[in-house]
Amino acid sequence: MSLTSIQNKTRRAAAHVQLEVPFGPREAAAADAAEATAVLAAPRGHVDRPGGSERSPAAPRSPRSGGRPTTGPTPRGRAPGSRKAASAAGPASPESIAQAMAGRQREISIAEFFAKNRHLLGFDNPAKALLTTVKEAVDNSLDACEEAGILPELLVELTQLAEDRFRVAVEDNGPGIVRAQVPKIFAKLLYGSKFHSMKQSRGQQGIGISAAGMYGLLTTGKPLTVISRTGSRTKARRFQVAINTKQNAPDIQLEEEIEWEREHGTRVEITLQGTYKKGRHSIDGYLLQVSVANPHAQITYAAPVQEGESERIVYDRTSDRLPKEPKEIRPHPHGVELGVFLKMLQGTPARNLQSFLQQEFSRVGKKVVDDLFAAVRQAGLALTPRTRPRSVSSEDAEALHRLIGQAKIMAPPTDCLSPIGEDLLIAALQKRVRADFYTAVTRPPAVYRGNPFQIEAALAYGGELPGDELIEVYRYANRVPLQYQRGACAITKAVVELPWRNYKIPQSRGALPAAPMILVVNIASVWVPFTSESKEAVAHYPEILTEIRRALQECGRRAALHINRHIRAADEHKKRSYIQKYIPHIGIALQEILGLTDQARDKTVAALTDTLERSRKM
Amino acid sequence: MPTKGDSSARIKEIRRNNERLDGQTVGLIKSTADDINKRILRRGKPELKLPVRSLANVTYSTDKGFFELGRQKKLRTLTVNTVKTFAQTLRLMGLSKALVETRDFATKRDAYYQSKNWGDAMFHEQDESDAVMDDIEALFSTHSISREQLRFIPDEHGGAVAGDLIVYDPDIETGEIERIDCTRFGSGAYSIPSLVEHLSFETKAKFILAIETGGMFQRLQSHKFWKKANCILVSMSGVPTRSTRRFIRRLSEQARIPVYAFVDCDPYGISNIYRTLKVGSGNAAHINQFFCAPAARFLGVTPQDIKDYKLPTHPLKEVDVKRARDALKNDPFFREHRSWAKALEMLVKMGVRAEQQALAKWGLNYVIDEYLPAKLKDPKQFLP
Repeated sequence: MSLTSIQNKTRRAAAHVQLEVPFGPREAAAADAAEATAVLAAPRGHVDRPGGSERSPAAPRSPRSGGRPTTGPTPRGRAPGSRKAASAAGPASPESIAQAMAGRQREISIAEFFAKNRHLLGFDNPAKALLTTVKEAVDNSLDACEEAGILPELLVELTQLAEDRFRVAVEDNGPGIVRAQVPKIFAKLLYGSKFHSMKQSRGQQGIGISAAGMYGLLTTGKPLTVISRTGSRTKARRFQVAINTKQNAPDIQLEEEIEWEREHGTRVEITLQGTYKKGRHSIDGYLLQVSVANPHAQITYAAPVQEGESERIVYDRTSDRLPKEPKEIRPHPHGVELGVFLKMLQGTPARNLQSFLQQEFSRVGKKVVDDLFAAVRQAGLALTPRTRPRSVSSEDAEALHRLIGQAKIMAPPTDCLSPIGEDLLIAALQKRVRADFYTAVTRPPAVYRGNPFQIEAALAYGGELPGDELIEVYRYANRVPLQYQRGACAITKAVVELPWRNYKIPQSRGALPAAPMILVVNIASVWVPFTSESKEAVAHYPEILTEIRRALQECGRRAALHINRHIRAADEHKKRSYIQKYIPHIGIALQEILGLTDQARDKTVAALTDTLERSRKM
Repeated sequence: MPTKGDSSARIKEIRRNNERLDGQTVGLIKSTADDINKRILRRGKPELKLPVRSLANVTYSTDKGFFELGRQKKLRTLTVNTVKTFAQTLRLMGLSKALVETRDFATKRDAYYQSKNWGDAMFHEQDESDAVMDDIEALFSTHSISREQLRFIPDEHGGAVAGDLIVYDPDIETGEIERIDCTRFGSGAYSIPSLVEHLSFETKAKFILAIETGGMFQRLQSHKFWKKANCILVSMSGVPTRSTRRFIRRLSEQARIPVYAFVDCDPYGISNIYRTLKVGSGNAAHINQFFCAPAARFLGVTPQDIKDYKLPTHPLKEVDVKRARDALKNDPFFREHRSWAKALEMLVKMGVRAEQQALAKWGLNYVIDEYLPAKLKDPKQFLP
């Protein structure tokens, strides 16, 4: 989720909060107007894009200097609640209504907003909340370990405290977190290191873990507990922090030094209301999927079995090789929306357009700039490479943005991507799934709207996998399993649309194939386009669908070779059993009809058996 | 009545005839099996050439006057995949040979249960054995041997027969030939058995009257119309069964007498009952050569009769009109005969149908006293 969309949402919530008193149609119109204003006041950026803004998300400012005030929508309608008075004393003047409304208008904290709209972050119901909490903590731990170049060792503990109350604890061997940052990271929404970098990582927005902590606080009143240690020379510290939803600020309830056996690492504990489920959306299923896409991670899961008892499942690592560290990149000119482009013009330290373009974007060199300004001159724009970025009018900026879109620019660099790799995918699947046949395909990087991405697919077939059920598709975005909204995801769409029957894999029209098979599809990208803020489904970009299809086709072709061999072997078996079963009856019938002697009959049977065994055709 | 000497000569001839027929059947079973055996011993893959039974391979033969199968054949080669069906086909042929030799017979259901002694080659559903039997029937039909000659009989028996007819019927147990006089059933009638291949006939009748309804048959039989008109009455009860059709065919062929059909005047009576009786059906073209009665003519009730006799009518139903239009458009039999096309068109135009029993409007025995005698005066007027 981007800054801009959060601003939007906040304002919509503001309109919503205002109108919680009963209101009539005219007030509803006022609400619409207020919301429309809020949307207008927001920057015109695309909601899926982080942009290159360097502003702190905690202190949102309007992107255009001298723009509208950002504190609440401009009032235009009547104040709700004033209706009775107004109708008694005749129509009130718009002025007085605006005054009345202004009295009620106030800023809504982002934390407060999410407290009311928990479904936006994946806390719709108790079962999902439990899984989302585990997921956010695991994502953070893996990201932290990888960034520090440490092979991750994770411990996930789930303890059932009461019928519907659980404690989730996730512990890692990562670099730990310095004392001053702990409260902000875990108890302040939109605080993080990843949002402002164009770099492939699991988390993005700095919402996840603090939202989980907030959910726990809301449902159980218990603060979040963090233990962290940054090295053998410092002591571990234990914190209990709650989030102050009004101010979106951490409220430290306890801080102490403790003895901890880990040299470095972090442990997070959240107590929350939840439901423990088995099956597709279960935590074990989730961790299994995590281990398939993260073969370098060691994950131990302590799961509740009965009251007070737990069982340990260890997903040990398949590889001692850390994934290649993805490079941070600058945005590609073709991937930048107009609104973001405008913000970048305002915020750049560059003195002129030439250095702005060359410094802020990837793949822009002298030649690209020269060609671009040739086109600018042709279009009759009064812009030169020397123009100061801040002085470009919004009309000119729009025209420039359009010309950039038409310019020939090299595809973005792809060293920002870190795929899992074919060998590791196969090894991980072999470790987790008992099948007869495994294969994996890592596609070369491709680009959608200026964003590099890379698709990987893997397939496990046969063996102990259930044969007559619809297949399971493990969907991943940057190695994070996607658990919900299966039907809305581009990965599911690509799987369903592939004609699996061409590869001897049964499939009903418009459905997943029904075969003893598991599919794995991972999309690696600096910016994975999700269909919603809860990051559950990949959006349907044609370039992404094409790449997924190509990867699946290659997997399918390889599977078909395997299956054909299998069919031939089964045919051979059937042939032998048919020959043994039925040829004697041909002998008996011919003996009956022709009155053959037993020897003559046996001779015929032997001759026919020989002929059919030597024939290759069924 | 034939003298005793005549009779014994005749019985001998019947015996010889039946033995020759059975010999042909067994001979064909043996030669088919022998071909297969020799092919196997030469290390080849045996083949069966089955006629293609799809409608595309059915033509209407103007000369013969019935639907017949074309020359398309499908080759069934003995491979691993067909070895089971091949074994079952041969075992069923073996059963047929045993049935002929013991002068016994089996229904489709009997044959299915017989296969339960075949171990792995047994049929698990009657559908399977029916399909194999259909293949055998088609195979042997190309050599003019019917399923009945293979001693596989249909479940349903035939219609009733009355009139000046002696039927010679060999007893299955003793081989003695029974002599059945079809005049001597009182108000009852001789019932056509399921298997009629071995019957022989002796008659001086001038024609066979094939009647659609049991009610009309009973009237004509009770009033001994057969005596008056010197004919043989056969009740069909709707579309005639295989054995009724085969009986009529064999009787008309042996006695060289025509068959006059007396059915309701509606598209069902004309295009289903009469057309099936005379030329068979497209769906079972491989058996028409045994079952159709090309000597059949349509006595009535004709559309013209409805006018001439001012018969009470009922309106044609939608399905009737559809059936008639379909016959006019697609059925080669009706397209072949201009007079039939005219009659059907007339019926559709009138939009009514009349049952044969509608004649009772003019008196219960009007059909005996007036209608049939008037019609029979001029058989040339009958529709083809």
